[in-house]
Amino acid sequence: MIAWITAVAQAVLVAAVAPLLIGFMRAVRARLEGRAGGRLVQPWRDLRKLLRKEPIIPADAGMIFTAAPLVLMATSVLVAAAAPYLSTGGPLSGVADLIVVVGLLLLGTVALALAGLDTGTAFGGMGASREMTIAALVEPTLLLAVFALSTRVGSTDLGAIVAAGAADPAAVFTPASALAAAALAIATLAEAGRLPVDNPATHLELTMVHEAMVLEYAGRDLALVEWASAMRLTILLGLLANLFIPWGVASSPHPAALAVGAAVFVVKLAVLGGLLAAGEVFVAKLRLFRVPELLAGSFVLGLLAVVASAVLA
Amino acid sequence: MTTPQRAAPPATVIDITADQLADHTRRLLDGGARLALVAAHHDPDAIRIVYLFTAGPPDLRTELHLRTDPDQPAVPSLAALSFPAGRFEREMHDLYGVQPTGHPLPRRLVRHPHWPHGWHPMRADAGARPPLAAHEPFPFLTVEGPGVYEIPVGPVHAGLIEPGHFRFSVVGETILKLKARLWYVHKGIEKLFENHPAGERVALAERVSGDTAVGHALAYTLAVEDALDITVPPAAQRARAALLELERLHNHVADIGAIYNDVGYGIAHAHTQRIREHLLRLNHATTGHRLLRGAVYPGGTRLNTVPDPATIKSVVDDITDIVDIALTNTVVRDRLTGTAVLTKEQAADIGVLGYVARASGLPLDARHAHPHTDLPDLAISVRDDGDVLARFLVRADEIHASAALLTTLLPTLTPGTTVDPPARHAPGRPVSGVGIVEGWRGTIAHRVELRDDGILTRVKIVDPSFLNWPALPVALADTIVPDFPLTNKSFNLSYAGNDL
Repeated sequence: MIAWITAVAQAVLVAAVAPLLIGFMRAVRARLEGRAGGRLVQPWRDLRKLLRKEPIIPADAGMIFTAAPLVLMATSVLVAAAAPYLSTGGPLSGVADLIVVVGLLLLGTVALALAGLDTGTAFGGMGASREMTIAALVEPTLLLAVFALSTRVGSTDLGAIVAAGAADPAAVFTPASALAAAALAIATLAEAGRLPVDNPATHLELTMVHEAMVLEYAGRDLALVEWASAMRLTILLGLLANLFIPWGVASSPHPAALAVGAAVFVVKLAVLGGLLAAGEVFVAKLRLFRVPELLAGSFVLGLLAVVASAVLA
Repeated sequence: MTTPQRAAPPATVIDITADQLADHTRRLLDGGARLALVAAHHDPDAIRIVYLFTAGPPDLRTELHLRTDPDQPAVPSLAALSFPAGRFEREMHDLYGVQPTGHPLPRRLVRHPHWPHGWHPMRADAGARPPLAAHEPFPFLTVEGPGVYEIPVGPVHAGLIEPGHFRFSVVGETILKLKARLWYVHKGIEKLFENHPAGERVALAERVSGDTAVGHALAYTLAVEDALDITVPPAAQRARAALLELERLHNHVADIGAIYNDVGYGIAHAHTQRIREHLLRLNHATTGHRLLRGAVYPGGTRLNTVPDPATIKSVVDDITDIVDIALTNTVVRDRLTGTAVLTKEQAADIGVLGYVARASGLPLDARHAHPHTDLPDLAISVRDDGDVLARFLVRADEIHASAALLTTLLPTLTPGTTVDPPARHAPGRPVSGVGIVEGWRGTIAHRVELRDDGILTRVKIVDPSFLNWPALPVALADTIVPDFPLTNKSFNLSYAGNDL
């Protein structure tokens, strides 16, 4: 029972914090660029505004278009509930392993890409094709990077990996983990559509990847897509944080431990988000055909991490 | 030094017949002249076509005047001799109904197909516009082949830009063909000049293209002064040259920032916006308007204050830092290098102007070829690569060149009105005049005609965008779709100045 409450708490926390993380990253970026920037809660205000508006569905769009925001949101909520953010003892322990998590994330990506195709517009199709090109390289990297960590523990269960890390911090700092962390960080940037892979701030339709797929969404549907996208960034940064800095994650279902876990989680997110935003100030967007080179590089890092952990273990 | 002087030599006028047109054109083009402007005029007894050829230095202007039957107006097409001529002829056909005989592609240009057939809005007897057709096919050349698809973009775009429709034929991400359709904001601005005293239409000329207020106002002013034989003191001409450089500065800074923004390099963009704001406030102090309106008029120049050269220097040092920082970023440099190359041969064939020409190795600059005042330390930046980086670097160089010119020009200026606007001139006979100016985007040409009582009967405007737009699809062949916005920004052509 406690495990289920923990899972719900995790999902609610990720959903609540995700727009704030976006607001925080924008604020960091604005400050570093010498601009005043918006408030921290601005993304939440935007969501509130969009949720009140009616969704407009293109004449040629079908069921996939209407279903995709729900699928995206559902997969995001499920991952947020199942992955070890506050506590390592989730209710789906043994089921919610890394393959399921990566699969759920991919399901959301595919749903959105299909929705982009479903609109029948050139931009939707263009965005979908680019997203699939990127996803085909990102998802294997995500899998490989976490595999490298799982060989140390002997389990693909994310909770077990984090628990082992928390119990034996020295084991986290191995060459294999460093390689895996680098691979996972690059994959996170690509999966979440951040610079240098995609520019979330652009208004130029022809350069977009993620934004091009969701151009036709409006109102509540758009709110769901934006919210779920923010949650995916939170999910990925949270995984990165807990896999490589596993301290503070509750190993017992005690409420106090969970509260500490939540606070530590938010701090980790803020640090990683701040670093990401600061990093984005100094990079430009890669030429689209250079993106596969970057992602292939991250895949190789993931592969090396697996080999290193197998050999050095 | 203070004696008023004519800004430019008057144009040589040659009256010709249709048979002589091609020979004269060939002779002039072979002699190094370029076709700067073609204007039709609806006289009571004829449709009169004026072909203006310019060359320099030394500043040479030759006009060929050709009269044709107003009921069945037709001219032999020059499209085989000059690409710009073919475009001017299509424009003239739409607006005046002049048939270019032998034109290889006599399609409509300015008037979209739903506009009424046989109605030519610039003719004196055009009258009110007949109703528009509800639907009319708007065919594009379709590219066929395995995996080829089309991306239609616009005319309404995201962001605050003007309307234009772009049809990309793409395979994968590579552009096979781009067709740009413009003239969504054709306003008939040339017609709005007609039947007004010349001195009262400077404000309209300033609004031809909002970012080129000084360029168009000055081209118009020089044309009117040329027609009415008005001479202005050298100090006024120097003030105009300074204003032109101030306009170049703020636009080039904005463009450099926009290019950074398109490669996602936000911090450099943020800083260029800060620098541009400095310049706009300086403009406001100088002329009372952030985009430098209201300073140039026939007969003189008006300055509220004269900017301090030290301020200009500090601004330029600032932008130099931004340019250096960004170009040491390998990702930024990679995005700009080799993107959308316009070769020197292509640039010369299409007849491009301004920084687009100079970035493709053509040293064209009206400040050098058609000076309205002496600029002894004018440096013209020419690059040979023809890519986005070259267009970027030419702008960066020109910021330095403008600052150098301002450093020598500004100390010779004093605030105030150089000359009061002259009383209304009545030349006593029909007159015409030409004004040529190197605006920040390229060479602007205006040609005005006035009645004997000084009322405008015709103003023809050629913004460099009209000649540069066809170069954009050429440069984009084999470029990838996501690099289009960056390329477009590196050309930064005006829709308003093209559509007129």
